[in-house]
Amino acid sequence: MARYVLNRLAQAVMLLVIVSAIGFAILHLAPGGPLSQYAASAQMTQEDLDRVTKQLGLDRPLPIQYLDWFGRMLKGDWGKSYRDGDAVLSVISSHLGATLELMVSATIIAVLLGCWIGILGALRRYSLFDSLATVGAMIALSIPTFWFGLVTIYVFSVTLGWLPAGNRETIGDGSFLDLAHHLIAPAMVLALVETAMWGRFMRSSMLEVINQDYIRTARAKGMPEWRILTVHALRNALLPMITVAGLQFPTLLGGALVAETVFTWPGMGRLFLDSIGYRDYPVVMGILMFSAIMVLIGSLIADILYAVVDPRIRVG
Amino acid sequence: MATAALSAAQPAPGQAAWQRFCRHRLALAGAVIIMVLVLGSVIGPYLLPFDDTYIDIMKRFAPPFTGAHILGTDELGRDVLARLMMGARVSLLIGIVAMVIAMAVGIVVGAFAGFYGGVVGAVLMRLVDAVLCFPTIFLLLALAALTEPGLVTTTVLIAATAWMWVARVVEAQVRSLREREFAVAALAFGSSNLRIMFRELVPNAVAPIMVAATLNVAKAILLESYLSYLGYGIQPPAASLGNMLNNAQIYLTSAPWLAIAPGVAITLAVTSFNFLGDGLRDALDPRMNIP
Repeated sequence: MARYVLNRLAQAVMLLVIVSAIGFAILHLAPGGPLSQYAASAQMTQEDLDRVTKQLGLDRPLPIQYLDWFGRMLKGDWGKSYRDGDAVLSVISSHLGATLELMVSATIIAVLLGCWIGILGALRRYSLFDSLATVGAMIALSIPTFWFGLVTIYVFSVTLGWLPAGNRETIGDGSFLDLAHHLIAPAMVLALVETAMWGRFMRSSMLEVINQDYIRTARAKGMPEWRILTVHALRNALLPMITVAGLQFPTLLGGALVAETVFTWPGMGRLFLDSIGYRDYPVVMGILMFSAIMVLIGSLIADILYAVVDPRIRVG
Repeated sequence: MATAALSAAQPAPGQAAWQRFCRHRLALAGAVIIMVLVLGSVIGPYLLPFDDTYIDIMKRFAPPFTGAHILGTDELGRDVLARLMMGARVSLLIGIVAMVIAMAVGIVVGAFAGFYGGVVGAVLMRLVDAVLCFPTIFLLLALAALTEPGLVTTTVLIAATAWMWVARVVEAQVRSLREREFAVAALAFGSSNLRIMFRELVPNAVAPIMVAATLNVAKAILLESYLSYLGYGIQPPAASLGNMLNNAQIYLTSAPWLAIAPGVAITLAVTSFNFLGDGLRDALDPRMNIP
């Protein structure tokens, strides 16, 4: 087990190095490079530009610059925002809470609903419910999240007036009920795609398990059907879902960005888009790297957890 | 005689695949809808009395079925149906071209990684893993922020964030196919590595490649809509299905029809390609049972 974990950790570290190299390359190979913002300003003469280039060490060879940048990232120095001079990491962390709130609530909805639909679909394979769920999941995966958000706003905010059309709280209120009221629509919109994915994976995982020999054996022993399903089938069918949670993570983060934009939700995704609008490259690159590292750590945790619960992985 | 009877009972592989595909009614429906969308976007604009960029301030916000404006007009009085057709043309074009680029890159990377294995394979596949760590929309937007927006940039950027899945599929296929007799025979025959890779191995992986290509078009259309909706894809006055929804949120209360038609069109196109890909997967190889 320790060997598996160490092996997986080493892989993750190697991936982190490649991921950071890609991030660095994007920033430096882009037209204008990291100083394009200053170069565009009429107040900067070529002399000033040269001086800043030297001060920031941008005249050094790229590999040296990369090592320097990587070292500073490890120490938590992710640079400063062009907009207000705040440290990039603190800007990100001040927006992270809202994003996590959205992601966690959407995941809870998606896991409960998706697993239920998937299990039921597998148990009643090719029934009307299963066919509708399969078609519904495919459509849910094809709807652009932002458009579904617009439709939700139109129906529940504009027409029915049940839910607020955006923001995280009513200014001056901010009670738990008010927060929850604001959370419903964006969480549901974000949960749509997730539910579809969980449902599809759960269905195929359950189908695979209920056709196994040990299930037939349990039936042959005369075990009650509910016990076979809950104790034998479900427990094993739920195991691969840990991997799904890891695989889902990038989609979830991307979906959060879109949902935050539509619902003016003050999270990391909105900060990312705002920063792009302001050409605030340190924050843009910071969030890009931050999201990639979150995905990396997410899949690492998922893999290790899976190895903990399923001994077949560690040995193989 | 027995063999003759057997072979008569079993249809040829191609025919069997076609039969399986036809049984997949949703895939068939998807194919039909795609054909309608392609025809509509290619021929449609010539059949309408309106130009997609013609601004008519006097007739702004006309609801659907106002005179000849079947889907109404937008905030500048442009005909929504004309823009929808031109937008679909742009979106489908981006979807297909981005797919072709992503396939080309993915096939080359996957073939080299799968054929050579070892260090080359490990390096290439770790690169694939690393790019997959970036959530697609974040990567796409960051790249779009650093480049000049436009038709070509949008297409290339979408391809740049979509080739990794293809590379994974092709790598797995090539890695298993290169051990097969025909590949070993080609090697013994003195064929060059490149020839074996692209004339022997890749053509034998055509089924999963076709499935990946179809699903890739769906993904590319979806990504274009995200990028253009957020303002970093196709720039007005040119229409795309995504950028038609750009201002739709502001006018959601007063002119909801502006949001409906493009959204339905995107969903329809993406769903159709997804169903088509699913059907192809079932038809070409019933064993490929990936969800």
